[in-house]
Amino acid sequence: MIPKGLLNPWLFFGAAVLLLAGVLNNDYYLTLINFIGIYTLLVVGLNLLMGYGGQISLGHAAFFGIGAYSSGILTATCGVNPWLALLAGLVICGITAFLIGVPSLKLRGYYLAIATLGFGIIVYIFLNEAESLTGGPSGLAGIPNLSLGGLELNTPKRLFLLIWPLLGVILGLSANLVDSRTGRALRALHESEAAAQSLGVNTARVKIMIFVWSALYASLAGSLYAHTMNFIAPSSFGFMFSIKLVTMVVLGGMASIWGSLLGAAVLTVLPEILTMFHDYEVIIFGAILMVVMIFLPRGLVRGILDLWEFRRYKKEGGSIPT
Amino acid sequence: MELAPLLQYLISGLTNGAIYALIALGFVIIYHATTIINFAQGEMVMLGALSSISIYHLYPSLLLAFLGGVVLVTLVGIIFERLALRPVKDPSPITLIIITVGGAVFIKGVAMLLWGKDAYSLPSFSGDQPFHLGPATILPQNLWVLGLTGVVLLALEAFFRLTLVGKAMRACAYNPKAARLVGISHGRMVQLSFALAAALGAGAGILIAPLTLGVYDMGTMLGLKGFCAAILGGLSSSFGGVLGGLILGVAESLATGLISSGYRDAVAFFILLVVLFLRPQGLIRGGS
Repeated sequence: MIPKGLLNPWLFFGAAVLLLAGVLNNDYYLTLINFIGIYTLLVVGLNLLMGYGGQISLGHAAFFGIGAYSSGILTATCGVNPWLALLAGLVICGITAFLIGVPSLKLRGYYLAIATLGFGIIVYIFLNEAESLTGGPSGLAGIPNLSLGGLELNTPKRLFLLIWPLLGVILGLSANLVDSRTGRALRALHESEAAAQSLGVNTARVKIMIFVWSALYASLAGSLYAHTMNFIAPSSFGFMFSIKLVTMVVLGGMASIWGSLLGAAVLTVLPEILTMFHDYEVIIFGAILMVVMIFLPRGLVRGILDLWEFRRYKKEGGSIPT
Repeated sequence: MELAPLLQYLISGLTNGAIYALIALGFVIIYHATTIINFAQGEMVMLGALSSISIYHLYPSLLLAFLGGVVLVTLVGIIFERLALRPVKDPSPITLIIITVGGAVFIKGVAMLLWGKDAYSLPSFSGDQPFHLGPATILPQNLWVLGLTGVVLLALEAFFRLTLVGKAMRACAYNPKAARLVGISHGRMVQLSFALAAALGAGAGILIAPLTLGVYDMGTMLGLKGFCAAILGGLSSSFGGVLGGLILGVAESLATGLISSGYRDAVAFFILLVVLFLRPQGLIRGGS
């Protein structure tokens, strides 16, 4: 019997990061893993909103874009310190999300989906059109690297050592949030808004908070993306990317922190190993969204585990649990 | 401001607006029957345009292309409802949004495989000889769009008010339980609403194809704008959807002419956000 403490996923996560940092020296793989880290950050935020808040954002790429362009414009054009620029991005994203969230989350149903959809497309058009500010469709180049204590983070390895420990902290924070008072309120709200309200949960406030929180994750991811790529263009922040993020959440399973990592990893690695993936990308995303939501609403992994359990249960002659 | 360009903007705005109105009606009809927002509606527009173009290339008759396109897409609408929405066990809003968005993306991807990324043209319904209305010029296709949209709207209104099936659909939207008690099959009405919405979308796509070309990714933007129109008019009213479409078309056209063409597509979504924030309570009447 293995002691339970050793099965702690956090230990695994820490060990895996340390191991990779020690063993892996291939720049291509490290870059790929860094992108997985950045996308996981985005997906965890969106997952908090979808899985725990029961709301969906169809314009999350916009917050990612605001983070990236805040960092890009402030550092490359204005010469501001990258860390200050990152902070500025967070502030802008937080305020924007708050302004969108307050009117649309006080109402139930589709409003946040609709508002974020409209917002996402407006931001995308703005990034393309405001050429003097954003560089327009051809993008914004010359974004400097981040540096930490005098050390410039200019190699994939150094970036890895920033992104993944940071991701670990944020995953931990998210898990904590989910288990906190707010998290319990969120889950209660997901089950029954009326019941949560009658127990004294301010449902609108909790939902707004989680939405702002998820936008902040996206902004942070955007800033890291800008400094990793050193170049950004509007095409990375369009409607299709928002859909890709939703697909990652759905694939990994809603309301699952580790599922977010899985969803982001699978949909980042697949296009790299399957060259034909690009042509079929859109079809695959569409199929994943429909099939998983119809047949495995708890996500791919948990859905398959559920099916397996169910089968075994039936084999042993048990009645079907409801 | 001179009158001539203004009139011109108005004409092109109303033409686009009529298209948005047809798409918006599809959203309204499905929302009415199911409280689902069907984000795949725009792809029906694209399928309508491309399939009618393909039919026209096989056999050059515009009437056949029009009817064939509408019938084909209506079938797609029915199949989509049957395969993707009816099996859903937990019909929460978030699940349904994800499924219809997934459906939209999927259909778009299939269209890209079938037709490639090229744009195709459909000839105008009755030539390209423009004629003049005062200082502005009108293409025959503008009139076709406006005229046929008007006919479709009247026919639809007559269907909902005068026929038994139409009345049954309205009863279902008004009170599903009571409708079931008098023997109306809710499932069949839902299916019918998807069929109607798909047919309207296809019609819109075929009408606009001679003016804008048909291409696999045209549906996303058109669908979202039809959706903006539906929200603008109040998601539960057909008249509102039509009005929303026309207002949106004209606003877009004026903004293009008077401000800048680059922000043309942003107008609809800006209006969407303003409506959502200033007048949300009047928008989704009877919804959750």
